[in-house]
Amino acid sequence: MGLADLGFFTLGGATLVLLGAQAVINPTQFTQVLVFGLADGAIYALVALGYTMVYGIIELINFAHGDVFTLSAYIGAALIAFFSTSESGFQIGNVIALLVVFPVVMLIMGAINVGIERVAYRPLRNAPRLAPLITAIGMSFTLEGIMFLWHGPATVHVPNLLPHGPGFETYIGGVFIGFKDVFVVVAAAILVALLAVFINRSKLGKAMRATAQDRDASQLMGIDINRTIAATFFIGALLAGAGGIIWGLYFNTITYNLGFRTGLIAFTSAVFGGIGNIPGAALGGLVIGLIAAFSDNYIGPKWTQVVVFGILIAVLVFRPTGLLGMRVPEK
Amino acid sequence: MIARLRLRERMRDRDTAVYGILLIVALIWPLATIYATDSTFLISQAGHAGTFVLLAIGLNVVVGFAGLLDLGYAAFFAIGAYTYALFASDQLGSSPAHHSFHLPFWVMIFAAMFVAAAFGAILGFPTLRLRGDYLAIVTLGFGEIVPQLFYNIDQWTGGINSIGNIDQPTLPFWITGPWAGDPAVALVRNFDFTSNPVAYYVLVLILIIGAVILVTNLYKSRLGRAWMAIREDEVAAAAMGINTVTTKLLAFAIGASFSGFAGAYYGASFGIVGPDQFLFVVSVTVLVMVVLGGMGNITGVIVGALIIYFLLNNALPALPANVESFAKTIGLGSLNQQNGEWPGLAGAAQRLQFLLYGLILVLMMLLRPQGIFPSRVREQELKHTGPVEEETVVEAEHAG
Repeated sequence: MGLADLGFFTLGGATLVLLGAQAVINPTQFTQVLVFGLADGAIYALVALGYTMVYGIIELINFAHGDVFTLSAYIGAALIAFFSTSESGFQIGNVIALLVVFPVVMLIMGAINVGIERVAYRPLRNAPRLAPLITAIGMSFTLEGIMFLWHGPATVHVPNLLPHGPGFETYIGGVFIGFKDVFVVVAAAILVALLAVFINRSKLGKAMRATAQDRDASQLMGIDINRTIAATFFIGALLAGAGGIIWGLYFNTITYNLGFRTGLIAFTSAVFGGIGNIPGAALGGLVIGLIAAFSDNYIGPKWTQVVVFGILIAVLVFRPTGLLGMRVPEK
Repeated sequence: MIARLRLRERMRDRDTAVYGILLIVALIWPLATIYATDSTFLISQAGHAGTFVLLAIGLNVVVGFAGLLDLGYAAFFAIGAYTYALFASDQLGSSPAHHSFHLPFWVMIFAAMFVAAAFGAILGFPTLRLRGDYLAIVTLGFGEIVPQLFYNIDQWTGGINSIGNIDQPTLPFWITGPWAGDPAVALVRNFDFTSNPVAYYVLVLILIIGAVILVTNLYKSRLGRAWMAIREDEVAAAAMGINTVTTKLLAFAIGASFSGFAGAYYGASFGIVGPDQFLFVVSVTVLVMVVLGGMGNITGVIVGALIIYFLLNNALPALPANVESFAKTIGLGSLNQQNGEWPGLAGAAQRLQFLLYGLILVLMMLLRPQGIFPSRVREQELKHTGPVEEETVVEAEHAG
């Protein structure tokens, strides 16, 4: 364990001690923040997975990913309008709507992201390294532009379809826990588990891991690189799509530029967990969500951005491989 | 060998030609625009564009020469602007310091440069030892933190209220002289910076020319060649005895110093400095200018900066009005009215700007991944790609 690791664990330990003190002083508030932080973090985790997978396989910071996330919330809101839903309490119609909307939006987002990769990144695979980064920024502006054209700068309302209100929320020792909070965490956990099984067990998942490790060698082994990279973008967008609708259902308002900040935070989570590392991104998302929630409550919302990005820099300085170690080959 | 020399000569010729055209346009610009529009608006806009040219030249040192990706360049710009704004306005008088400073612009522009370079060195030192992309991520984080910090510490910086009434530069007495204000010497009298766009235009022109000369010499120096070596292959460069950490750190600090320099100029010429002028989008815009113009090529970067500036500040904002009058001409004037969900043609075009900018970025990058004016010397020297070699062969035949 080097000096840098020592610094990292000292900082982390000090933070934990401070938080522990807060937990002792006011356990109710602490637990409450913990619950909200977990729900936020679960969504960041879903978005961070897309960043980490794409970075792992083609070493591109996919700036458009955050906007794919937002666009899915927009499309989700538009699709929900086709169903007869109600925002009061528990309705069977809402369940049907969500059961249809979730897979449809995820597939649409997957297709869109594969299209983006095909149009904007694949032709530049052998171009200078910065060229795809600029097209990624361009695609990000384009997606934001589409949403801006669609609904303008105003916030868009996503119907509050998840069961809420009396009967679906409870106070455990003074801590408010709604069905929504549980739903977000459970849904994210299921998706991450499915992804982990897919990556580790399926043939395509194996191809992805191989391509991330050494693209040329994988090609020699008969792996279709283009198909594998497209699949990576597809799966990343499935998760971001789910994350977008979940965000919409949880917070009920979205704006066209939501993906910018969320994307940066999710990317920070990916780096925090160790870029290219899939369990790392999930863990990183949760931890960053918690840190942001604690910072909001104990330091003040206007400092949260400084705290989150300060942590990003501290992690890269003291422990560049992230919490669980990065999985990106040295090139 | 002769053929190679000739190709290099021709390359230099292209750059000389571009410089010549730019210089002529720059010199004619004030006269031509005053003659054509009878206002100094276009001159002040050109002065503003000059800030971005300075920024692009500076970022080119980091991204183009040394191959380091900096995604938080606006942070150094902000540091430069705030360094000048804090010490050349009444701001610090109402802060906990209770004493306002009014230091001269000509000192502060260098102070801003050194402060920005120092921050660049502090940020770069721990991260430049690591793989290339880490610097990008760290600078991204830094670029997010700095404006937010200036926003948060509002008892010092005024936060969202910005710092206004920033001192205008005054020429030293040995230029203005005892005759300053004497109508007999009109040229000198007119050269007053207070809300005089022409004065700022001349200043930014001088700064740009100085920056170009400086950067061209850096590029040709031992340090410049070390940067290129690192950009192409860091391991090989280290094996050749280049101290990669120091060399990269120098590139990063020098790039940051240009940004600080530009920041001080911007603070003075714009008169107001606030946290929302230095957001991520500024960093991205400058990066786009560099990559689109042609990384590593100074003329390319200047042209790229001017094109993107024109696109963002003239072409796209003018779109709604143009579309509206066009629709009227071809008899679709009814589309101009607002109607239910339809925001009117101008409104739609207004909303379309973001989308168009994104598409233009993607298209330009797909069509010219190397940039508009790629550094062909670099290609020829280091890549030996097909077309260039063919050119060399053709030239060799001519020479033979």
